[in-house]
Amino acid sequence: MLKLKLLKLAVFLAALIPLARLGWKAYQHMLGANPIEVITHSTGDWTLIFLMLTLGITPLRKLTGQHWLIRFRRMTGLFAFFYASLHFTTYIFLDKFFDVNEMLKDIAKRKFITVGFTAFVLLIPLAVTSTQGMIRRLGKRWQMLHRLIYISATAGVVHYWWLVKADVRKPQYYALALTLLLGYRLLAAQRKKAAPARLAAQSRAQAATGA
Amino acid sequence: MLIKKTADIRSSQVTSKSLYLDRRKFLAGAATLAGAVAVGGVACVSAAAPEPTQGGQKLPGVVKGQFNTDEKQTPYKDITNYNNFYEFATDKYEPAALAKSLRTRPWTVKVEGMVQKPKTYDIDSLLKLATLEERVYRHRCVEGWSMVIPWVGYSFSKLISQVQPLGSAKYVEFTTLNDPAQMPGVRYRVLDWPYTEGLRLDEANHPLALLTFGLYGEVLPNQDGAPVRIVLPWKYGFKSCKSIVRIRFMDKEPATAWNKAAPNEYGFYSNVNPNVDHPRWSQAKERRIGEFFKRPTLMFNGYRDQVASMYAGMDLKKYY
Ligand code: HEM
Repeated sequence: MLKLKLLKLAVFLAALIPLARLGWKAYQHMLGANPIEVITHSTGDWTLIFLMLTLGITPLRKLTGQHWLIRFRRMTGLFAFFYASLHFTTYIFLDKFFDVNEMLKDIAKRKFITVGFTAFVLLIPLAVTSTQGMIRRLGKRWQMLHRLIYISATAGVVHYWWLVKADVRKPQYYALALTLLLGYRLLAAQRKKAAPARLAAQSRAQAATGA
Repeated sequence: MLIKKTADIRSSQVTSKSLYLDRRKFLAGAATLAGAVAVGGVACVSAAAPEPTQGGQKLPGVVKGQFNTDEKQTPYKDITNYNNFYEFATDKYEPAALAKSLRTRPWTVKVEGMVQKPKTYDIDSLLKLATLEERVYRHRCVEGWSMVIPWVGYSFSKLISQVQPLGSAKYVEFTTLNDPAQMPGVRYRVLDWPYTEGLRLDEANHPLALLTFGLYGEVLPNQDGAPVRIVLPWKYGFKSCKSIVRIRFMDKEPATAWNKAAPNEYGFYSNVNPNVDHPRWSQAKERRIGEFFKRPTLMFNGYRDQVASMYAGMDLKKYY
């Protein structure tokens, strides 16, 4: 129990390193020629990384049998939301300087912004309902609701794919990772569906040989 | 503030290839004529002014040119560490290190196509074809950032008049070196290598179009397009082809690299125009490197008076 708490603290602090690094570099004037671009890109990258980590926990837990891993899912999910908020704030403040009109135009007109915005908006209900109380109150519906992360992460990858000028290598890697993560779930769900039928068939066969 | 990177080797210690050869020739003659004393003397005199061949070396005989803006110049370290040069990397911070593998000597530029006098120029003769001028230009990238850069070069029209285009020549095509051994970026087909760019002949003849060899009074660093590039300050930066190995005069509009990659995003003209958005972002504003707030982008990047007449009557929304 204590070990888990310490590990949680360690992961929490590690998850703050990207932000600390940005802050330190900004303070040292080491963010290069275009600091705001660096901040936008870095926070965007880390949003996507934390989304992938969050989606990775369940498959990893099931494949390894290390069920304590589930204890980290809320934290990584909330960090995805945290970096997404920073990313969005950078856009609002440092890119558009709170020009709401211009932002609305952007969101409506530029499809990479539209999907990015969608990805972000979908994360809000997930963050809001991430508390223990909410999980209890929502019961089965909680799981349904939190499947929104599949759509959010997909929209995040599409956002990245659409914003690069020509070099789609990095978005491709994310797309591959996402395909694996969602593909695993699809397979697992199919197996689950098939499982009762298989069991039934098995017991019928056993009954037959027993007779 | 101007921060210069210190060269690994001091320019006075560099023995250029031609100097080395000259010295051998001279030694042969000197043996029969005078003596070792003279050798040292002459070598010293020559060594004091080696041919500038590497980024950071001072270019001799540069005069103040025309069209200069007096806006604050972007620091040298930003101009040389923030480069879109996809032949090396698609990340803007990487070419500064990766372009060290580019060899800029020997280097030739083939000028061919519809001209009376096609010729392959050695880079050092190209450098001496006309008086080098310092031109302080605004530079606007299609991505929405801008710089103010003191380039060194001469009007491209000077070279055009040397090769004498035929009456049928209507366009010029520029081609960048495409060598996977020196340029790691071309090993991956992000663009249809080699990088090509083009201009209408009247645009190419415009005095603003600068055949460029240096910046801040010094030889171009490799990542900025050494040893020779074109600079077209009224167009988005990607039109200004770098590390040029071929210039071809044609009667048809040449295919250009970014236009081939995404025709609905990058047109042949690509004049800076705040009223025509890139499909994925607005071009109304730009971030001047070193400034916090964005500033409005000017029509033709502020060179409207000089260039607008070339596009009179053209629908710039159609010919973006
Ligand atoms: C979950 C939501 C989001 C994710 C996962 C995400 C992810 C990313 C990623 C990975 C990048 C590229 C980073 C790089 O090039 O290294 C990026 C860039 C960017 N994002 Fe997002 N983003 C999200 C939401 C948003 C929102 C809501 C907006 C604005 C309304 C936005 C605006 C931008 C902009 C302006 C860029 C820079 C584009 C450029 O440089 O051309 N993003 N984002």
